Amino acid sequence: MAISKEAIYKTLSTVVDPEIPVITIEELGILKNVEIEGDKVIVFITPTYSGCPAMNMIELEMRTALLAEGIQKFEIKTVLFPPWTTDWISDSGLQKMKAFGIAPPEKTSRSKRVLFGETINVECPQCGSTNTEMVSRFGSTACKAMYRCLDCKEPFDYFKCL
Amino acid sequence: MVGRMSTSSENSKLNYILHLADNSLILGQRLGEWCGHGPVLEQDIALTNIALDLIGQARYFYQYAALTDNRGKSEDHYPYFRGEREFKNFLLLEQPNMDWAYTMARQFYYDSYCFVMYTEMLKSKDEQLVSIASKAIKEVSYHLKYSSEWVIRMGDGTEESHEKVQNAVNDLWEYCGEFFETTQYESEMIEQGIAVDASKLKEKWLRSVGEIFNEATLIMPEGKWFQTGGKEGVHTENLGYILTDLQYIQKTMPGLSW
Repeated sequence: MAISKEAIYKTLSTVVDPEIPVITIEELGILKNVEIEGDKVIVFITPTYSGCPAMNMIELEMRTALLAEGIQKFEIKTVLFPPWTTDWISDSGLQKMKAFGIAPPEKTSRSKRVLFGETINVECPQCGSTNTEMVSRFGSTACKAMYRCLDCKEPFDYFKCL
Repeated sequence: MVGRMSTSSENSKLNYILHLADNSLILGQRLGEWCGHGPVLEQDIALTNIALDLIGQARYFYQYAALTDNRGKSEDHYPYFRGEREFKNFLLLEQPNMDWAYTMARQFYYDSYCFVMYTEMLKSKDEQLVSIASKAIKEVSYHLKYSSEWVIRMGDGTEESHEKVQNAVNDLWEYCGEFFETTQYESEMIEQGIAVDASKLKEKWLRSVGEIFNEATLIMPEGKWFQTGGKEGVHTENLGYILTDLQYIQKTMPGLSW
């Protein structure tokens, strides 16, 4: 094969999330790795949430990117284990998310995994205040919850810690 | 008993996977009925988000069923082309949405079950079931928080909300016994260390449901008689209507895709 797996990985790592178009699938931790078996390219990806409709779109964009590189023989495989966690989002991803107006998730190691009584300080991506409150556990997509800032009064999305 | 019964362990495994898949699909479909009808926008969005997680989980199970089944079917075959008697979902999940109290009571009973069941499934000898469970458990924990909060909010709310949710948990109680029954296909899979032995989860489930009811000032139903049969394909009349909706397009124009 003329093209190396590193080069293919690099090409694919430019594919962005259709819902948060400033972050790439590499930064999100969705793109796992690339392998070459004979003349066939195998790409491994992992979904964020089971029903995330963006996954279909992401696969389509990956196909387009591969075809644009002249790669015809490929397979995109979904792996579920180990399950995706927000801890896999890179630091650059977290920063871009915040700049985009979405409060980034806490590290799961820091959040207490108890059913109730969790106290997470979500920082308003607009003014930086931690005087915020949750409006709804579920937001515009499976990965987000709705919050509002009690200081600057702006509503915002919080990327749920998973 | 009705349904596709077989002594071969391959069939038992397929039936077990389909039981898991059908649970997620049917509840996902029911929740989808709320889309555009939620009492407020946030809750409308919440239910469709939960439905999406469930349909996603159902797809993992149907894909795995297709691999296990040696008839070369696609994942779409199982939701779209099987008859009512072949569906193995719990009766609880096909019960109508009724009102917010019923929808949340149904969700809460099932989320509580899923939480203990998927936790157990992480110890299965089947790698793919462990993979799906490890993914599902994260989503289910979040659903459980949500439905628990609503049960507490309604139970410990106004006189009217308390009465509504107490009636809902009382009425749906008779469908919960089925969670802990063991079918023939499960016993074979339990022996092989593949399926979860749900009969051993009842105490845990009762305890976690009891804790929330306590906080919600609700009285735990005491009924000892339970309606069963869903896991073996004997359903309430509701399932037929659900499938009529769900399967209409594929049965009219088989193989149609977007």
